[in-house]
Amino acid sequence: MKTSTAISTAIRVQHLDHFFGSGRLRKQALFDINLEIQAGEIVIMTGPSGSGKTTLLTLIGGLRSAQSGSLNVVGHEITDASESELVLARRDNGYIFQAHNLHQSLSAVENVQMGLEVQGNMTKAERYKIATEMLEKVGLGDHTTYYPADLSGGQKQRVAIARALVSQPKIVLADEPTAALDKQSGRDVVEIMHDLAKQQGCTILLVTHDNRILDIADRIVYMEDGRLAAQPEFAEAG
Amino acid sequence: MPGKFNPTKLLQAFQNRTPLGFKQLKHDRLRLLTAIAGITFADVLIFMQLGFSDALYKTNTQFPRQIQTDLVVLSSEAENFGRLRTFSRRRLYQALDVQGVDHADALYIATKEWKNPQTREKKSMLLIGQNPARPAFTLPEVNENLEKIKLPNHVLFDRAARGEYQEAIAQVDAGELVTTEVGLQTVSVVGLFEVGASFASDGAIITSDQNFLRLFPRKEAGVVSMGLIQLEAGADAEQVRANLSTHLADDVQVFTHEEYVDFEVDDIKSDSPIGFVFGLGSVMGFIVGVVIVYQVLSTDVNSHLAEYATFKAMGYRNSYLLGVVFEEALILSLLGFFPSLLVALGAYQLTARATALAISMPASRALIVFMLTLLMCNVSGAIATRRLQSADPADIF
Repeated sequence: MKTSTAISTAIRVQHLDHFFGSGRLRKQALFDINLEIQAGEIVIMTGPSGSGKTTLLTLIGGLRSAQSGSLNVVGHEITDASESELVLARRDNGYIFQAHNLHQSLSAVENVQMGLEVQGNMTKAERYKIATEMLEKVGLGDHTTYYPADLSGGQKQRVAIARALVSQPKIVLADEPTAALDKQSGRDVVEIMHDLAKQQGCTILLVTHDNRILDIADRIVYMEDGRLAAQPEFAEAG
Repeated sequence: MPGKFNPTKLLQAFQNRTPLGFKQLKHDRLRLLTAIAGITFADVLIFMQLGFSDALYKTNTQFPRQIQTDLVVLSSEAENFGRLRTFSRRRLYQALDVQGVDHADALYIATKEWKNPQTREKKSMLLIGQNPARPAFTLPEVNENLEKIKLPNHVLFDRAARGEYQEAIAQVDAGELVTTEVGLQTVSVVGLFEVGASFASDGAIITSDQNFLRLFPRKEAGVVSMGLIQLEAGADAEQVRANLSTHLADDVQVFTHEEYVDFEVDDIKSDSPIGFVFGLGSVMGFIVGVVIVYQVLSTDVNSHLAEYATFKAMGYRNSYLLGVVFEEALILSLLGFFPSLLVALGAYQLTARATALAISMPASRALIVFMLTLLMCNVSGAIATRRLQSADPADIF
């Protein structure tokens, strides 16, 4: 880990535009996005559906290559990056999705281990030990051998959090992590995420419509029609 | 990862990785069983086709293999043992001029109808006339009875001939006189030997050259089907063969015994449609296997698409997911092959009993089919992985 370099800015987005399609069907999805997120900050991005939140999240996560402007994520330049560079950039991020996307054929602890195996620097035994500890931290110490089909929605999302955080990523990207959960499990999940991230000193960028969890954020940004708005208007959200 | 190939590192990497393909297969038992059944079926199909074609080669070259000779002289128009054509006996006398040749015998071969002594049905039989003074085949039962076939219309019969001969064979074994008809003449079966049926003939009768000519009144002693040349001790077979080829007119060709067996096998492989049919059958079996395995693997990839996309988002490379599909292919080929080997062994025994075809399982064939199974599963895996491209990590948000 390159913690010694002490990058104070985790994510820096400058004049970022993004287009979908080509020719006459070419449509601009993001307009001149400027955003800086400091290391260790928890930022919630909110806004109506189709406003481009998820597009920005996938760009920051290195799931697609940025086309113009500048996008720097913990030292990785995502603009015009090759597929191979994107793959390396993705390994520094942890992802939490609306659907948990756990592998159905793997037990909870095996799913969490997959988050370590991708780093390629640990033996099987080490991975197992760390993954088990991580599951204990999210309160699933006695469910390590359960398969996703035998876990509740909240439990599955907690396994997904363990998988995202087990490799101590510098950034956690979450897309509607509570959307499929009831109030209590949603709250639990977000708090676990918040506490672990604070412990590990990692940055969180969370996209959500869920008003109940806005209070965990250090900062809230609002997006509408592909532009980051200066003044978020929460009144219409919900 | 690119870089220099290092077997120890590769093994470590292999031990360290989660056996995802294995776990996926294990998780869906029904799909696994379907795949195994499909591969087993395809493999048994291939085993049977290869078994039949091999039996075809073997049974149709049974007599060529059993000939006791150093060199073989054939008409230059000869196609195979059943269609040897004929040449003049003078060529054999001329062969005696060449240094290293000890003696040369003629063999007369033709097909004729005979009456099954048991059922009185007419059947086509291969008739072979040999010089009774010297053994022509490595068949001990024939060579012990050479004195008997010197007697007029006394013949030896193949106990492994296809058809209902059990009672007649028992009678001959008991020493009773068994008579029947070949063409218009009555013959006595005075002994038995064992070679076996072939696709071309139900069986064979061996007798002396004089008896052969008696049974075929229109054939002449001077027109022969095959020449058997024994060499003097210490003569170089290949050298003498070359000398004979130049010495004799080009209406005949000369082979060493091994070359002659190859000649027979090549003829079946290239000229007879049967070789092609079984080749095609094997290919069909292979294709059936590819289709079934592809179906299973692509369904498997499809149902894990979201999970694969997640892995890609986590930073796994496409090659890792390809590895998972090929791991599944490898496991399936192992699990499908071994049951098929057992089933095929059983089916071979049944076939051998039902048809008197010499059908067996050499290790080389098991190996070939195993290789084909690996190829089959990997080809299917390669096609199935095309679907992996549609696992786009950007789509799962």
